[in-house]
Amino acid sequence: MSDRLRPTPGQTVGPFFHYALPFAGDSELVPPGRPDAIRLHGRVLDGQVAPLQDALVEIWQADPEGVVVQEPGSIHRDGWTFTGWGRAATDNTGRYSFTTLLPGATEPGAAPFFAVTVFARGLLNRLFTRAYVPGHPALVDDALLSSLDATRRQTLVAAADASGLEFDIHLQGDRETVFLTYPGH
Amino acid sequence: MTTPTLATQSAISDEIAEIAAGAVPGGQQPQLDYAPYRSSLLRHPTKDLQQVDPEGIELWAPCFGHQDVDPLEADLTIQHSGEPIGERITIAGRVVDGSSRPVAHQLVEIWQANAGGRYIHQRDQHPAPLDPNFTGAGRCLTDADGTYTFQTIKPGPYPWKNHRNAWRPAHVHFSLFGTDFTQRMITQMYFPGDPLFALDPIYQSITDQDDRDRLVATYDHDLTRPEWSTGYRWDIVLTGSHRTWMDDEDHT
Ligand SMILES: [Fe+3]
Repeated sequence: MSDRLRPTPGQTVGPFFHYALPFAGDSELVPPGRPDAIRLHGRVLDGQVAPLQDALVEIWQADPEGVVVQEPGSIHRDGWTFTGWGRAATDNTGRYSFTTLLPGATEPGAAPFFAVTVFARGLLNRLFTRAYVPGHPALVDDALLSSLDATRRQTLVAAADASGLEFDIHLQGDRETVFLTYPGH
Repeated sequence: MTTPTLATQSAISDEIAEIAAGAVPGGQQPQLDYAPYRSSLLRHPTKDLQQVDPEGIELWAPCFGHQDVDPLEADLTIQHSGEPIGERITIAGRVVDGSSRPVAHQLVEIWQANAGGRYIHQRDQHPAPLDPNFTGAGRCLTDADGTYTFQTIKPGPYPWKNHRNAWRPAHVHFSLFGTDFTQRMITQMYFPGDPLFALDPIYQSITDQDDRDRLVATYDHDLTRPEWSTGYRWDIVLTGSHRTWMDDEDHT
């Protein structure tokens, strides 16, 4: 497309984002303790399966009815407005954790997923991926999942656990997560 | 445990030159697998990124409003009782998408070192002074035209132990959202003519000179405010939007 401007390149988030990007309630898309709240959590791991203590994970998701919410307030977090966006820095065990709601399918027949962005020291540009909701009937027909072999596909589907969903992100290695690029990138 | 011997700057510069010589022009984005930046060795994906058409939630971006960001947060020089030390600067520019559409009313976040090259961060061990009047973090929303403006002070370069005598060129970290999730990005803005550019593996991980130049602000005398601050202009282009835009949506 000739009318396209060349994008400004990305750069690493670096090691010193913790006093700037995290904010109170950043990982709580809904207050913990709300009856329908789930936890989406996992670790960010390097090529030797060592946890990253300086990674930042962001999620962007539909609400349980599959509605893409266009409400401000993600930083303000009034306790009532579900905005669909959250941010979580990894802790010293490499773990991130969100309190949120289960996303619904945005269209009939679509497989619901969390859109995920990963930033880290040592990672020169952001990575995009998807964390699919496990057990959903539409997973079998999903275009992206169907295009991958079983091992690779597995990296994109969260695992159900007692508190909600677990989704580890492997930047490298045998279980390297499938990272995405979109047309025009 | 053996202490790894740090590479010399000349060894790192040779690696940078070798990769640059073999690079395909037009890479646009930094190489994720870029060994001169040592921390990237175990942190870059080894498989190709999977090309996919954005769907559903990916075609939209989170929105932020006036309850999220106080206009005063765009001024990093007024967060404490006194004036921060350093050269006071204004940084302003426009955020547009790949089709030149302004990215209106969207969140921009910045963070940076102080004038001495020191961050307020536990892990920053550079023995340069902290400035009690400077935190170095700010936010704003772009206006209807995609314009953002920050008041701050010029950050100093700082050492970072990637190799022996490694110094980062002075920079301001920028975090940006677009109109689509796929446009999310974090980058760094640099200052014109920095002598450290050629030596810095993070800046050089973008192998195309034209693309690297896109990270360097321009001194702009029209942004310079008399008796107050020097001005730097830095425009940001996000990747293209994939959504089908309605006519009335185009300029909101
Ligand atoms: Fe920095």
